[in-house]
Parts: sequence; C-alpha cells; structure tokens
Amino acid sequence: MSDTAAHAVKPDAEGRVRLSGRKICKSFGLAQVLFDVSIDLHAGEVHALLGENGAGKSTLVKILSGYHQPSSGELILDQKPVTFDDSEVGEAHGVILIHQELNLAEQLTVEENIFLGREIKRGWFLDKAAMRAEAKKLLDQLQCDIDPRTRIRDLAVSDRQMVEIAKALSKKADILILDEPTAVLTGREVDILFDQIKRLRAQGVGILYISHKLDEIKAIADRVTVLRDGQHIATETVAELEKDDMARLMVGRDIQQMFPDRHADDGAEIALSVRDVSVDGLVRDASFDLRRGEVLGFAGIVGAGRTALMEAIIGLRERSSGQIERNGEPVKITSLQDAKKCGIAYLTKDRKGSGLLLNMDMRPNLTLLALEKFGRVFLNRKAEEDALETAIEAFDIRAADRKSKVGDFSGGNQQKLLLAKVMETDPDIVIIDEPTRGIDIGTKSQIYHFIGDLTDRGKSVILLSSEMPEMLGLSDRIAVMAGGRITGILVGDGRNEHEIMRHATGISGKQGASVHE
Amino acid sequence: MSSVERNEAPTKKTSGGFNIDFKALGPFLALVGLFILGTLINEAFLSGGNLSNIFTRAAFIGIIAVGATFVITAGGIDLSVGSMAAFISGAMIVVMNGLVATLGAGVETVLLGILLSVVLGIGAGAVNGLVSTKGKIEAFIVTLGTMGIYRSLVTYMADGGTLSLDFDIRGVYRPVYYGDVMGIPIPVLVFFAVAVAGYVLLNMTPFGRKCFAIGSNEQVARYSAIHVDRVKTLTYVIQGLCVSIATIIYVPRLGSASSSTGVLWELEAIAAVIIGGTMLKGGYGRIWGTVIGAIMLTTIGNILNLTDAISNYLNGAVQGLIIIVAVFLQRGDWRRKKSK
Repeated sequence: MSDTAAHAVKPDAEGRVRLSGRKICKSFGLAQVLFDVSIDLHAGEVHALLGENGAGKSTLVKILSGYHQPSSGELILDQKPVTFDDSEVGEAHGVILIHQELNLAEQLTVEENIFLGREIKRGWFLDKAAMRAEAKKLLDQLQCDIDPRTRIRDLAVSDRQMVEIAKALSKKADILILDEPTAVLTGREVDILFDQIKRLRAQGVGILYISHKLDEIKAIADRVTVLRDGQHIATETVAELEKDDMARLMVGRDIQQMFPDRHADDGAEIALSVRDVSVDGLVRDASFDLRRGEVLGFAGIVGAGRTALMEAIIGLRERSSGQIERNGEPVKITSLQDAKKCGIAYLTKDRKGSGLLLNMDMRPNLTLLALEKFGRVFLNRKAEEDALETAIEAFDIRAADRKSKVGDFSGGNQQKLLLAKVMETDPDIVIIDEPTRGIDIGTKSQIYHFIGDLTDRGKSVILLSSEMPEMLGLSDRIAVMAGGRITGILVGDGRNEHEIMRHATGISGKQGASVHE
Repeated sequence: MSSVERNEAPTKKTSGGFNIDFKALGPFLALVGLFILGTLINEAFLSGGNLSNIFTRAAFIGIIAVGATFVITAGGIDLSVGSMAAFISGAMIVVMNGLVATLGAGVETVLLGILLSVVLGIGAGAVNGLVSTKGKIEAFIVTLGTMGIYRSLVTYMADGGTLSLDFDIRGVYRPVYYGDVMGIPIPVLVFFAVAVAGYVLLNMTPFGRKCFAIGSNEQVARYSAIHVDRVKTLTYVIQGLCVSIATIIYVPRLGSASSSTGVLWELEAIAAVIIGGTMLKGGYGRIWGTVIGAIMLTTIGNILNLTDAISNYLNGAVQGLIIIVAVFLQRGDWRRKKSK
C-alpha cells in the first residue's frame, strides 16, 4: 500500500484548478463567520491564506478539508461538485489539513504515528518491517533525517511537523493545507519547512498555507487570498504585492504607527537590580538593572537561557546563586507569590498551557492572579464583573458573548485577556515573554501600544521576543544572551539586528555589558 | 473593501441554552422521575417514614460525597474514604469503651469520641494530601494505599471480628442518629448543613475558585500565584473532615464497627459526585448535584426494596447503569453533531 509514486509530477496538472470553494457561507449558531467566500487552489502552487485572527481562515480550511460543513455554498474537486461528510472523506479525496496544534500521539513512534489507523498488516499481525521501510522512504523523500523508531515526545517541534507532512504524503495528499505551520518554529526550522514545501510544489501538490506573517508569504507563496471579517477581500499574485499592500488588505486600513513612541529616561531610578543570578546548567552569573519606565529587551536564540533567567527571578525556578534588589532594597523571592508581593508580574508565552483556563469564561480568568483583591473570605462577584467591564474596555477585548469559554477566543483576544489578568495585580515590573506569538498584525500593534502605555505610567517592562522587529521597535535597551550568559547590553545605535546576532551567536560579547566574570 | 461589522471569537459555539439547562437540571429531573416511579410502584414510597429513611441513609454517602466534590473538582481522587470511615468508627469505639472506666458512660465520653473522630479525619486527609502533593505521587495510588492501610487497621483492632460500643454509651449517643428536630432526623439536618457549608466554600470563596482553577489546569493555577499543593492538600483535609462527620453519625446507628464497615463507600461517594454533574477530570464541581446524586443512589435501593419486579440483589447493577446513563446524558455529545 501507500504508493508514494502517486506524487510524481503531473505536467498537465500545472496551473489547473484542483479544489474550489464556491460562495461558502458558515454560521455557528447565530454568528456568521464566513460570507460568500470563494477560493481556487491550483495544482503545484503555494496559495497563502492571509487574515487577522477571527477573519475566518481556520473555518474556511476546515470546510475545505471536511472538518466542518458549509452552511451554504459548494466544494468543487476537479470540476466536480463534492461533499466531504467528514475529514476522512476529504482525506480519501487527497485533501489533508495539518492542524496548527499537531495531532500526533506523543508516546508512539514516528512510524506508528504515520500509519496510525491505517496499519499495514500481514494476516492478523502488524507488518512492522514494511511500515518502517515505508516510513523511512517517506522521510527520505522529505530529506528528513529522523529515525522512524523515535518516539514523538523525543522530537523537536519542527521534526514533528515533518512527521505530520510525511503522514499526509502517505495518505497521498494532492492538496495539503497547513494551518500556521511556522507559529512554533525557529528561523532555521522555517527554512527547512520551506524547502520541503517547494519540493512538494514541484511535485504538483497544491498547498494552501495559512499565515499572518507577511515575510513568509512573500518568501514562499505564489498567490495570496486575503480574508477579513469572514469576507473575501482579494486574491492576488504575491509578486505584484508589497508587504504594506498585504497588511492594508488584511487590516482594512493603514497601520499608522506599529510601535509606540519611546522616550525612556536613562536617568530614572533603578527599579530592579539582578546580580549574579545563576541557574544550574542554564544561566550563569546574569546581572542587569531595570530602570523605571523602560523596556529592556532580552534577545537570544532558543536555549540561550532567557526564559530560565526570568523564571529564576520570579521564583518559578531555583537559583543556585545571586541576589535581587527592588528599588535598592534586597528582596527574597522564592515563589511566584513572593514576586507578586514585590510588584513583579510575569506574562507567560504559553497562554494556552499556563496562562488561561480555557474551559472557563473571562471573569474567573481575569481575577485569578489577584483573587485576594476581590475578597478574602467571600468573593465579591459584583467587583469581579466591574473589573471585567473595565478590562474589556481598557484592553479592547472583543468577545461576542461574555459567557463564552476563553478557549474559543482568537489568539489576540486571549493575549489581551492575559495581559489584563496580569495587570489586575497592579505590578510595577512586567516581564512579558513573546507578547504577540500567533497574533495578527492589528492586534500586535495594539499590544505594543499597551506596553508603551505601561511605561508611560512609570512601570518597567522586560520583553522577551524572538521577533526582531518588535524587539527593536519596543526596547530602549537590549540585553543579549548566549549559552546562559548575558553577552552584551546594547543601547542607542548598537540596537540593531546585526549586533544582536553577533552577541547571540557569541561572535562578539561582553562589550558594554555589566557582566561580572 | 468596505469595512464590515466585526464578529470576533465566534468559533465553536455550543448549541444554545437548552444544553446548559439540561446539564444543570438533569440530575434533579432524574430524581423527580425516580420519585414518580417509586410512587407508582408502591404507595408506601411517599410515606413520611420511608422518605425519612431515604434521606437519613443518603446522609452518610452524601456527607462524604460533599468532601469528594472538593477533591475531584481540584483534579484529585480519594479512594480511601470507605476504609477511613471504618477505621475512625473502630478507633472511636475502642477509645470510648476505654474511657468508660475513668469518665463513665456520659456525654463527656461521647464528646471525646467525637473530637477523636474529627482529629483522625483531618489527620488522615492531611496524610493523603501531603503524600500525594509533596511526594508527587498520583492521588489514585496514594489513596489506594491508605485504603488498604485503614481497612487492615480496623480489622486488626477488631481482631478480625466486630467492635461493639459499650451499651451505656449507646444510650447516650443514640439520639445523634435516631433523634430529630421538628420531625427532621438529625443526620438529614447535618447533611443539609454540610451541603450548605460546602456550597458556600466551593462557590463563594477564593478557596473554591482556586479548586476550580487547579482542576481545570494546574499549570495555569501555578502561574497564577496559587499555592497549588496547599489548596490540594486542603481538599483532602475537607474530605477527611466530611468522613469524620459521617462517621460520627454512623457509629450510634449500629454501635459497632468491623472489617466490612464502609465497604464500597468510596465508589458510592464518587458515583454521587459524578451523577451530580461534577467532572471526574476536575475543573468543574457542583455541590447540589452531589447531594441529589447521593439521594438518587439511596432511592434506587429503596425502590428495589419496595418492588418484586427486580431482585434486590441487582441493586448494584441498577446503580451502575444509572451512573453510566447519567454521565452519558450530561456530556451532551450524543445530541451534538460530530465536529472537530
């Protein structure tokens, strides 16, 4: 089974429409999320689907792949109307969706995952040898050097993505839909993924690629379809569009100013002083000062120790040495509770896993970190409701229904709620880890301005980000970490991508850094 | 390119209000159905004596189940409650009998027995909580272990037989089970009081909110500056206290304890909690549901006693069936279209 030769180039398929959605409408209950959206996907093209959070991208691809049924409109596959009753029917027709959250069984091996539910058998028994060989062949085809016997939990996220793609190939995907595949990937991993996408395109596979990263779309896509508020806005050839054009189509207006004006006072008093903090195996002798009203960026490649350092500062991780001072006074922080008392708040980068209670509505989420504010003996529900009212207003949280579960919110609204939750404790210092991961450009700009407002009110912000533009656009100073050390603190004109990379990779280091050796 | 009105976060809306009403009212409607069924089968069902009997019986499991609601809401499980009840009963009897010689068979002796019960209940709960949180061992394993320990301790104390309460103390202690206030049996009053206290604690205090948060996602709770271990341990302490209260009422009923005391109570308590709509995986708990669940379980046994249609020996089978059906109905998936 699983004859992968089926993906050989089909010359006549070049440019031919494989799958179309015609006037697709979709409503969930009373809320309509798609309005007469039409899209054509050609064989051998990478077609980007662009839109803000909540624009209807995910709903559209779920309809195209059979996970949802359209309320009206039809699907056309190879000039014939089709109905995908569920995703299995879609997959049988060669339309395969790879979800944003990968669907792999962590405890099973790569080969077991690839053939999950479609195991190759010999008589009543599994033909493991055949499956291993087939898995190896698929991975080789992707030029992916993973042992099929590895367990998924031992793989990096990018490798897991490759396994998903291999699995899709083994199901003879003619049309591959990738839902924000790069959200969790590092720069190098993105390059690998793009190589694979190009290879598949050359083989005639039609690829629908969801993203709101404009750079990526420029780099990989042939055509782009823009959705906004459930409406089809435009379908254009990518080569004819500038990034600004795409942003405008997506947001529906010019983004006046992505970043807030920064005017930090470099003579302001020091709010937080970190001295020689070490964490076994992860951070060595990190020292830095944070001034009132400044944004101090922390840059570095994954594994440089930034998150570990922050966790050590707020008491989530044990320090092997080091002191912390608040406003010049030494403080003892060994738990998040201590950090809260010292006015330090931490915004996790994992908003779904450690930030919000997805099965609950907004109110308990908002007040959870500052519960004592809402009553020590009995909770004051009225006060909670009032706080929610204020937060919705202040952070522009857009929820159709206040009672709906937070897990159903778009990423942008979740992030705003998380920010509101942390601000309920009225901290002086806010540590923000990846503030805009998986968030559309309009909401991003909003969050940047929230951060700007915080510093205008005299609060200090530590920003951890892997997105260079926001690191450069928001930070007054940038500390760079490599191998668990702070290799430099860049100020003024020194804050540029080149210098950051030099320090992050350890090419240059220590100049200008207040590092104690 | 005209701007349209926004409709954010509309994904995955549950299919309307009917769903929620059904979830909240389901156990209550089922109980009403059982009562109607009981009345149809035998008119004696609705007699004051029989109803009083049902509620008094339900009080034991119900009080324990109120405690279990906290444990389960916070994402834990306590399998040891039945054995714990037997052990506390045994210890109370042994100590009270021993005190007769010095204090006499008076109220003081009974009060000391009750005090002992409370101390043991809280202590046993704290052991369950601390071992599972500080020792980082699954609560299922820890309480499976303590279940065996308490069970064998009571067997040991009774030397394999039965511990009997001193006859004179029984006379003094008797009203705690058989007494009533304005016609309402004391166990029922205590059950009601425990349920009200449990409701207030779970739904109106920061502690209750923290239980929900921990059961819903422990990591989020930890990142929300909640002392997760402390709150979880407290839920086991509450469970222990509830077991102790149930035991205090139980001892005067039979005036004895043996290795078969409280057998399978843990499962009945968990069943009551689940029938009531609390989620076994944590994050959502409902005290009133638990109360109704406990009454339902007792009512089933009662109805089977009143009819010859089904053998009383099949009580467990009917209860089991009801549990499965109840959870199936509450999930609501059976009505919703398959969507992913």
